[in-house]
Amino acid sequence: MYRYDEFDHTLVAERVEQFRDQVARRLSGELSEDEFKPLRLMNGLYLQLHAYMLRVAIPYGTLSSAQLRALGHVARRYDRGYGHFTTRQNIQYNWPKLDEVPDLLADLAEVEMHAIQTSGNCIRNVTADHYAGAAADEIEDPRVYAEIIRQWSTLHPEFSFLPRKFKIAVTGAPNDRAAVRVHDIGLQMRRNEAGEPGFEVIVGGGQGRTPLVGPTIREFLPKRHLLSYLEAIMRVYNLLGRRDNIYKARIKILVKQVGAEEFARLVEEEWRHIKDGALQLPAEELARIEAYFAPPAFEDLPARDSGFEARRFEDPDFARFVRTNLYAHKRPGYAIVNVSLKPEGGVPGDATAEQMEHLADLAARYSFDEIRVSHEQNLVLPHVKLGEVYALWQALRAQGLAAPNIGLVSDIIACPGLDYCNLANARSIPVAQRISTRFGDLKRQHEIGELKVKISGCINACGHHHVGQIGILGVDKKGEEFYQITLGGSADQNTALGDIVGPAFSYDDVVDAVETIVDTYVGLRRPGEQFNETYRRVGLAPFKEKLYAAH
Amino acid sequence: MMLKVLTANRLRDGEVVYLTATGTWSEWLDESGLAETPEREAELLAAAELALAARLVVDPYLMPVAEVAGRLRPLSQREIIRAKGPSVRADLGKQAIRR
Repeated sequence: MYRYDEFDHTLVAERVEQFRDQVARRLSGELSEDEFKPLRLMNGLYLQLHAYMLRVAIPYGTLSSAQLRALGHVARRYDRGYGHFTTRQNIQYNWPKLDEVPDLLADLAEVEMHAIQTSGNCIRNVTADHYAGAAADEIEDPRVYAEIIRQWSTLHPEFSFLPRKFKIAVTGAPNDRAAVRVHDIGLQMRRNEAGEPGFEVIVGGGQGRTPLVGPTIREFLPKRHLLSYLEAIMRVYNLLGRRDNIYKARIKILVKQVGAEEFARLVEEEWRHIKDGALQLPAEELARIEAYFAPPAFEDLPARDSGFEARRFEDPDFARFVRTNLYAHKRPGYAIVNVSLKPEGGVPGDATAEQMEHLADLAARYSFDEIRVSHEQNLVLPHVKLGEVYALWQALRAQGLAAPNIGLVSDIIACPGLDYCNLANARSIPVAQRISTRFGDLKRQHEIGELKVKISGCINACGHHHVGQIGILGVDKKGEEFYQITLGGSADQNTALGDIVGPAFSYDDVVDAVETIVDTYVGLRRPGEQFNETYRRVGLAPFKEKLYAAH
Repeated sequence: MMLKVLTANRLRDGEVVYLTATGTWSEWLDESGLAETPEREAELLAAAELALAARLVVDPYLMPVAEVAGRLRPLSQREIIRAKGPSVRADLGKQAIRR
């Protein structure tokens, strides 16, 4: 894992004291709310429906045990005993008190964490594949480059006041688990004809009120040019991005308006001036960062573990967990273990202080001290010996953290929605809870197979509804919550935006509608066919027919 | 005319508060001062300006309510949730406090 150097430590410590002073000046009246608001937002502090909300950055979703334990401490000491993991691999606290936030941030700084650039029109927390450094299908660990981007973009004076917020995602594997095509910039690691790794550069994807799948503007970028090329993109955006209309200010609007080809030309033209300058990554600096992400001390193990296989054979509950929650590790004898934060009827992404602390202990014991946060609002223990998975599963089960549902219909992404968020038009969480309960029968869930349901409480799409196989968007119709459903979205290597199925459903009816869609799919699918494959084959018509037949 | 109350968030902790008839701030909707005329609305807004200047609250605004069985009830789902707490966590927010 990356460890702060003296510059990082100084920067974060100074920022805590700056914010402490700003809060004091706000409370004394020296700063008005208009003056203070941009300062608190620069430190991730929002004012939501019930209270302040603090968003803490988790760079590329990677945490040490000490950091997760500290997040649990913050939940208990400064909040109401829980935190909410978000679709940007961050954590949000829903109840901090303004005058306690400086102390909270000081506690986070002790474990090399902060809330800088988790809000505002700047480059936000860089996200990455949550299986980075562990996945069998990976070309290289993308966190090396995510960290380099983090260092380059932190307090970058040229990019601190962009037209709008800016989100970058990086993946090192061909199977896209970082949703790179729906980010402002997506970096997909590829090999060129000579077999050298570099990046496909995707620009102008995004969700929100104008969902767009990002086009590729460069098929292959050598790694040493990463920062200069990103800087060229940012400069073109900073110069030409609209600042007169918040709804047209994201880079996706610019790329769409000028066209991907012309945008690429503008970037290449800018890049020509800076590509061989100070931003070229020196090999020794790259090696220095790579060293932080060196693989842990894996043992040489056989690919199969007889104890693991026996347990799987003997215990059907464990077998079910293995089927959904384990992913292939690059090292023989190890597995990636997903920890679902979606128990039946639970709040997607929420974890209690006790669960965080318990998981921190389990990571220390079973996974080289590492935890990951996925953009699907689950946690991951990335490096677990097959021979220890059973013991880990038992320990997880004791804490209510062993739901065997990763990728299934109850593994729902849901934004905080109207239960917490000032921007929301409708509730998301209780809809997710009701769907989860409706499909509570695990046997049924496993028979349905992979199915990605994603729910947003407003058009800003924090719940990724556009890219859900079943997407649900909460809307307000004359003071009542309604839910518009889309089908066929995807955030993986086959990124697609869902199609609106028809008129929206009421709060009471939306869960029945989801069940009707699922039942229709199960009735129509061919053996082995996944939801989107069936949907592409049959189209909207059979789903509409079932959903609206009675109307 | 629609019945309205004035609500805001308390500066120090973000708590949802309502302006009472005596000009103080309460955490409880039922203790709100009511505005039934444009003149009374203007008085509430003027009081909110003073509270802003005194650094008691942020983001004040008028919101419509209805009187149902002697109790005030917000008209929008958003304000119902602000007045009670998250609908998914009965143990949190004002709803968790027995009065």
